[in-house]
Amino acid sequence: MSRTAIDYHKVLMTGLAWGIGLMIFFPILWTIMTSFKTEADAIASPPLFLGFDWTLENYSEVQERSNYFRHFWNSVVVSFGSTFLGLLIAIPAAWAMAFVPAKRTKDVLMWMLSTKMLPPVGVLIPIYLLFRDTGLLDTLTGLVLVLTLINLPIIIWMLYTYFKEIPGEILEAARMDGATLWAEIAHVLTPMAVPGIASTLLLNVILAWNEAFWTLNLTAAKAAPLTAFIASYSSPEGLFYAKLSAASTMAIAPILIMGWFSQKQLVRGLTFGAVK
Amino acid sequence: MATDHSRVAARFMISPAVLLLLGWMIVPLSMTLYFSFLDYNLLSPGMEQWIGLMNYEFFLTDPAFFEALFNTFLLVFGVLLITIVGGVGLALLLDQPMWGQGIVRILVIAPFFVMPTVSALVWKNMFMNPVNGLFAHAAKTLGLAPFDFFAQAPLFSIIIIVAWQWLPFATLILLTALQSLDQEQLEAAKMDGAPKLSRFFYIVLPHLSRAITVVILIQTIFLLSIFAEILVTTNGGPGYASTNITYLVYAQSLLQFDVGGGSAGGIVAVVLANIAAIFLMRMIGKNLEA
Repeated sequence: MSRTAIDYHKVLMTGLAWGIGLMIFFPILWTIMTSFKTEADAIASPPLFLGFDWTLENYSEVQERSNYFRHFWNSVVVSFGSTFLGLLIAIPAAWAMAFVPAKRTKDVLMWMLSTKMLPPVGVLIPIYLLFRDTGLLDTLTGLVLVLTLINLPIIIWMLYTYFKEIPGEILEAARMDGATLWAEIAHVLTPMAVPGIASTLLLNVILAWNEAFWTLNLTAAKAAPLTAFIASYSSPEGLFYAKLSAASTMAIAPILIMGWFSQKQLVRGLTFGAVK
Repeated sequence: MATDHSRVAARFMISPAVLLLLGWMIVPLSMTLYFSFLDYNLLSPGMEQWIGLMNYEFFLTDPAFFEALFNTFLLVFGVLLITIVGGVGLALLLDQPMWGQGIVRILVIAPFFVMPTVSALVWKNMFMNPVNGLFAHAAKTLGLAPFDFFAQAPLFSIIIIVAWQWLPFATLILLTALQSLDQEQLEAAKMDGAPKLSRFFYIVLPHLSRAITVVILIQTIFLLSIFAEILVTTNGGPGYASTNITYLVYAQSLLQFDVGGGSAGGIVAVVLANIAAIFLMRMIGKNLEA
């Protein structure tokens, strides 16, 4: 094939891919742009693409009216809290299953996975009533507990597939050289496990940040994270497109950036290692 | 290699996770099962009484149940159809040589990271609104009458929104699978004069079949439980036109305070999800052995 023919193909594919890519991304781009418009410009007809007066007032107004940063902070606490708690429980379990496999290890793993398939409505009522009776409704503690439990199987599975890749011979070699169990964990295992743990953490923060069944059902004004706060825009008063956009932009920006860093882990984590 | 000592330690390290998940599964689920046999309304506390299978009888013969069941099926099937077909197409496209591939990839996967309430509200208001939405503007420019998405096709509109959220997931997984395709095999087929279409159907598609199955099964698990998108856009309406099983159970229990009826619905949802889950477990179980 001649050089020019190859380049022609490449130009065509580049154009097509960028066109489709921008189309898929457009709703996000449009939201970000609208967040810098005045409410009047946001519903202007025909729609304004770039020729509008850029303003930051929506951001300050969203914060003033509804104490946005409290909800933002709730999201941070809930997603990182549930992820750290989950890792604390999952790391020893995954370590043990990867390095000291027993006959039933595989069954235990499959069973853990099966708990993830329990539809949340199946346990909504008891959890709601238990939370009501123990005063956990609309608290960050309650939310952290529930999200830890629903994401625990994914955390364990991801860690397990990462730990599995650490060669056991290295550990044995360290043991032969007289390393104590503690030294083995601190100097041999941990450095090799850190990348896997970091990926697991990243993916789980994203999943917890965007979780929208339990956060909507178990919180009201006080402990509402961003998912629930944004939902309050479903019954708006007056013009609200620009304010909805500003609140949305702030809610998705941090996780969008984290998400782009975790593309690979996403595939692995969400397919439970079935596709790598 | 494992000594008795390390076995004991291992069991000790696994047990917190096992006990927590066991508790999470058994305690609430058996409570739901118990409630489903009671006449139990939150508005009349202390009046609970055993009514056997009556809740199931009411729930399963309610026309709303069949509508919700059908909607659940349509929602899952519609989203799967769009994301699989679109995902295979996009994965093939992104696998081609091009400039700025990394950036295009980032653009394509972005919707997956948008929280459900945000994507639902942005689509509902800024795109599908019959007066101020971009689609309405586009229709007016073309001289057409704006389409009132949520009034005339509520379920279809929700399918579009959810498909937009899940298309990146399908694309990413299929692309990962595509990149592990043996290029030599494709080259050989090309040398032998196999046309593009038969190369796709006889080499590429069979190679992707496993990844496609994984996408179908995992998405099904999540799509059966779609909730937030319905809550913030239509509240299940008009009538029950966009109510799925998950939303129906929510409405029955937390809006009508009918704990008994809602619990029966919850158990039905668990049974349905289990049917889907059994297939997924088999798939992944096979992979674990490999």
